[in-house]
Amino acid sequence: MDYLALFVTLKLAIVTTAVLMVLAAPVAYFLAYSKFPGKSFLEALIYLPMALPPTVIGFYLIILMGPKGWMGRLWEIFTGGSLLFTFVGITIASIIYSIPFAVQPMKAAFAKIDRRLLENAYILGLSKRDTFVRVIIPNSLGGIAAAAVLVFLHSIGAFGVLLMVGGSIPGETKVASIAIYEAVETMNYSAAGLIALSFIPISYAFLLLINKLNKDSLT
Amino acid sequence: MTISASFKRRLKYYDLDLSFTCATNKMMVMIGPSGGGKTTIIRMLAGLETPDEGQVIFGEEVWFDSTRRINVTPQKRRLGYVFQDYNLFPHLNLLDNAAFAAVDKKEVDELFELLKISHLRKRKPYMVSGGERQRCAICQALARHPRLLLLDEPFSALDVVTRRGLREELKSLKGRLSCPIIYVTHDINEALFLADEILSVVEGKNDVGWMQRTITREPGEGTTAKGAREPRLALVY
Repeated sequence: MDYLALFVTLKLAIVTTAVLMVLAAPVAYFLAYSKFPGKSFLEALIYLPMALPPTVIGFYLIILMGPKGWMGRLWEIFTGGSLLFTFVGITIASIIYSIPFAVQPMKAAFAKIDRRLLENAYILGLSKRDTFVRVIIPNSLGGIAAAAVLVFLHSIGAFGVLLMVGGSIPGETKVASIAIYEAVETMNYSAAGLIALSFIPISYAFLLLINKLNKDSLT
Repeated sequence: MTISASFKRRLKYYDLDLSFTCATNKMMVMIGPSGGGKTTIIRMLAGLETPDEGQVIFGEEVWFDSTRRINVTPQKRRLGYVFQDYNLFPHLNLLDNAAFAAVDKKEVDELFELLKISHLRKRKPYMVSGGERQRCAICQALARHPRLLLLDEPFSALDVVTRRGLREELKSLKGRLSCPIIYVTHDINEALFLADEILSVVEGKNDVGWMQRTITREPGEGTTAKGAREPRLALVY
């Protein structure tokens, strides 16, 4: 069994989830609490990766990360290497691919908090930032955890985007879903079956977790 | 310290326009029919809403002045504000709620003792009764050493007996506080029991005769008493 591919998948999912939780929280806060003209346009733009075919996202990421794209050039200036076909490259792709799944549940959880609680925090002297840390986050843990689980599951399942941006370099960009695809291509069904089988308990356990979190957040 | 305010604000159905002052140790009760602008006034005092015109001056400090474009944030006004509900943070137990912004955490125990909720300190807000939650909300507000205490119908979600008990405790607590207190209610009996001064607010204006008219109105006289919750019944308690 291709343990290396499974390891890359898990590493990718964990890094994606961790980075995205931190990045998405302020975006979700902004979307939940601010009003400005054109907000729905911005919101739709943030959720766009959910609606686009993964290969379309992959295509634009190749353009951006390639030697002529601004991301690729910036990366080359700092590291001297190429961003395409690296773990960092597929991590960036995976993050962009999963943004909607992080922002949406967090925004819903933040928006559900009663405004009066926030006003009370302000009256008690808390700045907006402190209110976010001391009141909003602890009262939306269910939504934050649901976002984390969704992002994690979505990242272990990513295929098209990663294949386009990362190719299939063992130990670097060859994730489990790509390993399954390649094994099937070479008629190696038993190898494909083993990796495929290992996904089922992981995904099932995480789905149970989401259900539990949703129930907890209702009570 | 004295709080004095005068403000104007356009609301949907009428214009709010009134002024008042309230001195330290005094409790001013703001009374009037629902929808008359009482909560809006309190929120403007707290800095949660902005008047169109006017001034709010606390002692020597200017909290709001529309001509000089001064508007001090709620954080810096250092006041206590007890709502009808929703003061307490659901994720914290009562003790942590009261100590949330306490100047001296040790004082919270004394306040709990005083308001008779010491035995509930480890409970979460949803595990205690509405009256106990409001006691805790008062502790939370007082532990911050507020310079002004705003109480917006703090007991109106409670049953009559609990309300009467808390009302009496609040009156005895008043002597220990050295700040102006503004209390909003639509219960005339509560107003008469608690107030040092009464401000009747009807459709955004100070209507001096409103209470008298409401108490003495003849049956069938019409709309003067609309919104005062069963005034005749209330006088029985």
